[in-house]
Amino acid sequence: MHTKTLAELAQGLKRREFSSRELTQHFLDRIRRHDGTLNAFITVTPERALADADAADVALDRGEGGPLTGIPLAQKDIFCTDGIRTTCGSRMLDNFPPPYDATVVARLAQAGTVLLGKLNMDEFAMGSSNETSYYGPVRNPWNTDCVPGGSSGGSAAAVAAGLTPAATGTDTGGSIRQPAAFCGITGLKPTYGRVSRWGMIAFASSLDQGGPMARSAEDCAMLLQAMAGFDPKDSTSVDRPVPDYGAALDRDLRGIRIGLPEEYFADLDPAMAQVLEAAMAEYRRLGVEFKAVSLPNIGLSVPAYYVIAPSECSSNLARYDGVRYGYRCRDPRDLEDLYLRTRAEGFGAEVKRRILIGTYALSAGYYDAYYLKAQKIRRLIADDFRRAFQEVDALLGPTTPTPAFRLGEKTGDPIAMYLSDIYTIAVNLAGLPGMSVPAGFIDGRPVGMQLIGDYFAEDRLLNIAHRYQRETDWHRRLPPEFA
Amino acid sequence: MALTLEQVKQIAYLARIGIGDEDAARYTHDLSSILDFVAQMDAVDTTDIEPMAHPLDLPQRLRPDEVTEENQREKFLAIAPAVENGLYLVPKVIE
Repeated sequence: MHTKTLAELAQGLKRREFSSRELTQHFLDRIRRHDGTLNAFITVTPERALADADAADVALDRGEGGPLTGIPLAQKDIFCTDGIRTTCGSRMLDNFPPPYDATVVARLAQAGTVLLGKLNMDEFAMGSSNETSYYGPVRNPWNTDCVPGGSSGGSAAAVAAGLTPAATGTDTGGSIRQPAAFCGITGLKPTYGRVSRWGMIAFASSLDQGGPMARSAEDCAMLLQAMAGFDPKDSTSVDRPVPDYGAALDRDLRGIRIGLPEEYFADLDPAMAQVLEAAMAEYRRLGVEFKAVSLPNIGLSVPAYYVIAPSECSSNLARYDGVRYGYRCRDPRDLEDLYLRTRAEGFGAEVKRRILIGTYALSAGYYDAYYLKAQKIRRLIADDFRRAFQEVDALLGPTTPTPAFRLGEKTGDPIAMYLSDIYTIAVNLAGLPGMSVPAGFIDGRPVGMQLIGDYFAEDRLLNIAHRYQRETDWHRRLPPEFA
Repeated sequence: MALTLEQVKQIAYLARIGIGDEDAARYTHDLSSILDFVAQMDAVDTTDIEPMAHPLDLPQRLRPDEVTEENQREKFLAIAPAVENGLYLVPKVIE
């Protein structure tokens, strides 16, 4: 059952070939058996899962329910779950049972899904390898000496290893797409504002966006259908109708134009270039035309990001003061000591690094040189994309420069770690939707092709990815140790 | 751009993060190299470019000024590190 896509599982449930309880128990058993190796889950919720499953079975027996009724899934531990510990991968929130559900959690529960548990992640989503988690690193199911990517590393590893059929992730600079690529699954970062951020613990509020991570584009379409839509509780949520993503999947690609950003191919590793060449050959057979485009300012996306994201982070994370919820240091001498030690002990090294960079960039005398400058470059990058989308329907490139790297390989060098998101970060700065789609292997490790769409063109992206997945089987490969 | 140890201590104090001397030395190194890295931005002339604060240039939505949330005081207080008589407890602030 763990090798099936959501669409296949939904059909099995609907025909009552198996119950949601049987399906849920199967995944709970697999989590028990394999998660000792992978460390993908921070919290497993078996009682809640079986209760959700029983409720779904009642509906399914009556012939009721929607396409996701009875489907188990797991939430990245950044999404608040009412009464269920939500840590964000941090000691700061080790003891935090939120008093409410995130909108994404509520919508997926409303759609009848079953909650298996909460997934490991880089602390406060700050990391590209899942190694900054207070709960220890996650291992890549394809090679357990390698990282799964981050920050949604637990989500990607759990889906790839068949511990859950699907998961949620969040993407601030590549945190859905990069781990999806490293673990050989499909992940979609929607347009900024498409999915509500309410109850999704904030890192960088102008960049953060939640999205689906699953085996296929079709599965991502099913999940996004439930996740997307206007939410009055999120002031940046966009009030705009949600299209029927499933109906768009099979559209003909003849005459579609896909742009190849020169800057994405200039210094590309030859093995990665070969993978993308093969994907482009598939698309040409489907009638797609390719066109070279240029995004001249994209080389500045990582530097601009590492001013904007830490600045927003330093502001957002000011709320962790040891007073209202979360960690508090022992025996504070006075209020200042309470703040200083709570934050020193509650946050890990990378989170502190970013808070400090952000605090500096926003401080008097430096604001113009860093924050304002970065926002101007952000505009130039967004304008580059805008020009490209006047000529093409989507962009194609690599998701990452290399396949998954080894645990510990980049932990001593923050900048080397930051550069592993070099192809994904610009998409967040512009606010565009982007996907990673499994496209092959390098040295036995999966790699992804990145598809970037125009604002709110998730339907087109899913369509382009799905048509490729109809012709290829990269997305159906399973890591041998977890097959 | 190289930061000094004293600057880093001051930044950490502004962020209310307690750091010892050993940490301060490490952060001085890390933050300086990050600032050197982001200095690449200076290569581009951005005169007259309007800063982009947000991906969607939309105005803030307004709503009627009505109470929409129910009172969940007990639920919120239940997850606090220290409360007494319905109040959050902090170390004494005023002598």
